[in-house]
Amino acid sequence: MKILVCIKQVPDTTDIKWTEHNTIQREGVESIINPFDVYALEFALNIKKQCNNVHIIAITMGPPQADEMLRKAIAIGCDDGILLSDKKFAGADTYATSKTISQAIKKFSPDFDLIICGQFAVDGDTAQTGPSIASKLDIPQVTYVKSIENCDEESITVKKESDYGIEILKIKFPALVCVLQQDNEPTRPLINGIIKAQKASIKTLNMSDIELNSDDVGIKGSPTYVSKAFRAPNKRSEKFICTNCNELFEKICQCGVLNNE
Amino acid sequence: MNKNIILIYAEITPDFYIHTVVFELIQKAIELSKSLENPSIELIMLTPQGLINGYKEGFENNGVDKVYVLENEKFRHYSTEYYSKTIIPIIEEIQPEIFLLGATNQGRDLAPRISSSLHTGLTADCIELQINEKGLLAATRPTFGGQLMATIICKNKPQMATVRPKVFKPLENIIKKETQYIYKEVNLSSINPQIELIDIIKKAQTTINDLDSSDIIVAGGKGMKSKEGFELLKDFANAIGGTVAASRGAVDIGIAPQEIQIGQTGKTVSPKLYIACGISGAIQHIVGMNNSDKIIAINSDSNAPIFENCDYGIVGDAFDIIPKLTNLLKQKKYKF
Ligand SMILES: Cc1cc2nc3c(=O)[nH]c(=O)nc-3n(C[C@H](O)[C@H](O)[C@H](O)COP(=O)(O)OP(=O)(O)OC[C@H]3O[C@@H](n4cnc5c(N)ncnc54)[C@H](O)[C@@H]3O)c2cc1C
Ligand SMILES: Nc1ncnc2c1ncn2[C@@H]1O[C@H](COP(=O)(O)O)[C@@H](O)[C@H]1O
Repeated sequence: MKILVCIKQVPDTTDIKWTEHNTIQREGVESIINPFDVYALEFALNIKKQCNNVHIIAITMGPPQADEMLRKAIAIGCDDGILLSDKKFAGADTYATSKTISQAIKKFSPDFDLIICGQFAVDGDTAQTGPSIASKLDIPQVTYVKSIENCDEESITVKKESDYGIEILKIKFPALVCVLQQDNEPTRPLINGIIKAQKASIKTLNMSDIELNSDDVGIKGSPTYVSKAFRAPNKRSEKFICTNCNELFEKICQCGVLNNE
Repeated sequence: MNKNIILIYAEITPDFYIHTVVFELIQKAIELSKSLENPSIELIMLTPQGLINGYKEGFENNGVDKVYVLENEKFRHYSTEYYSKTIIPIIEEIQPEIFLLGATNQGRDLAPRISSSLHTGLTADCIELQINEKGLLAATRPTFGGQLMATIICKNKPQMATVRPKVFKPLENIIKKETQYIYKEVNLSSINPQIELIDIIKKAQTTINDLDSSDIIVAGGKGMKSKEGFELLKDFANAIGGTVAASRGAVDIGIAPQEIQIGQTGKTVSPKLYIACGISGAIQHIVGMNNSDKIIAINSDSNAPIFENCDYGIVGDAFDIIPKLTNLLKQKKYKF
């Protein structure tokens, strides 16, 4: 069984620093693997534990430094890595990103069974790339996937968590799933995994390798653009810190929401 | 002259209600339509056979011009395959300028599938929609975990956006307008479904609905330490007439269920009063509750970031403060 896991390098959003002009300071911000893509990798490794002959390829579109992230994926148990990197890919929205990734899959890995994405990336938080890739490859998708119920050569049965409850779905391959947080402890790199990762040859592909042209990718290939970006305002400018419970209780009463007022 | 159509996806819940977000989107569409020439507000709705008459009353006098109705027994449960393959050709035919969906699990599953097929852009989880000076949809959304706002324009049509429930207010005024119903033929025979629904386990609907409709939410974090800590919150919530919610910190240590998690990976709420107990106030939590009218913070650490995001706060031990507040509430009740 051939599994592709889409992973993305993102700035650590829990540690954002602002410049004096209220723009995000990009220098010195650590890049991490998108937390949901760590779950996507875990999901793939869980399938590998349950089924025979599972081959996992981690794939990313990003700058050359993303090579390092792919090696980390190999160190925890992935078999190969594909890096889609080209200056022309810069500024892609989710449409152009999914076009680039799906085109690479068509060219270099059309015989996949399952594609696994994170539910969303913490920098953009759109949750769109996965379904867009599925749409471009014309394969079914299941989003908000929590866990694996069952897995065999032809299909996977998963538990999906939605607003309304839990659904158990059986999906025939080829298909794409977007996964939520996994409950197991994250897999640690193994010694022979680290050695394998150092030796691995990451397949690096640029725009012409995947037979796209500059109108299809990056800013030019993106139907959307950002017209303005600004720091989220703090809506609560007048804070009042109470010194005791009675005072706080009075403030609560003044909010005018208590029933018997 | 061509109509400027704003199309809205009318999501139906598993118990066959129209999702509240649909009415919030209609209200927003009415506002947007004021900046468009010759506007038309239209809905697209997929339902099992025979239910549409029940919905008509809900759409009466709320400013909707047209409802496209697609009826089929297969629409009893949401399915990405059937829904997207039915909707895409209809959108190509209607050619709306703008297409809006709720940023529910369903909307977020369906919208990118449609936008990708139609080769257009999609802006997810918007908190504001406006028509700019060029007549285009300017959609503002939080990124970087809510810290950075970005206003996004789409070059192609339809300009698509999803909006989380509870971000816009639903319709208040009655708008006298006759709504036209257009029944479209549905043919699903060419679709060979690759996904089979084996089982559905419905959530205890109450917790979700309660959080959506509650005026008061009492939320607990990791600082509530144990299930007993959450019992204190329940007593307090009962006394004040509110509903209990949690941060991911509390969910992660197993003292609260995931269904009641508020935040980036949980629910978005906007009650009149949000009381955060033992919650540090991480940005991923704040984005889920920042639309509340008033926020109260109870935390033992005076440097906790939650104090930057509250109206009233108190520095102290929640295990001491909450029972006291519960008592004060009970005493107050006896007075009446
Ligand atoms: C991608 C991503 C998505 C996330 N999504 C969410 C989300 O949807 N929702 C969410 O909530 N978080 C989310 N988080 C996690 C978030 O970053 C925080 O880790 C989390 O909100 C912390 O929860 P907490 O405030 O309960 O715990 P902590 O940060 O541990 O805070 C506990 C607080 O309790 C206080 N305290 C301790 N004892 C007492 C006491 N006796 N009395 C009063 N106060 C006390 C402490 O001073 C502290 O401030 C997400 C993180 C990531 C990376
Ligand atoms: N540049 C990228 N390279 C590889 N995978 C990506 C990329 N961008 C997004 N993804 C995948 O799509 C998911 C959703 O991302 P997003 O649509 O940005 O929220 C991520 O969790 C990844 O699995």
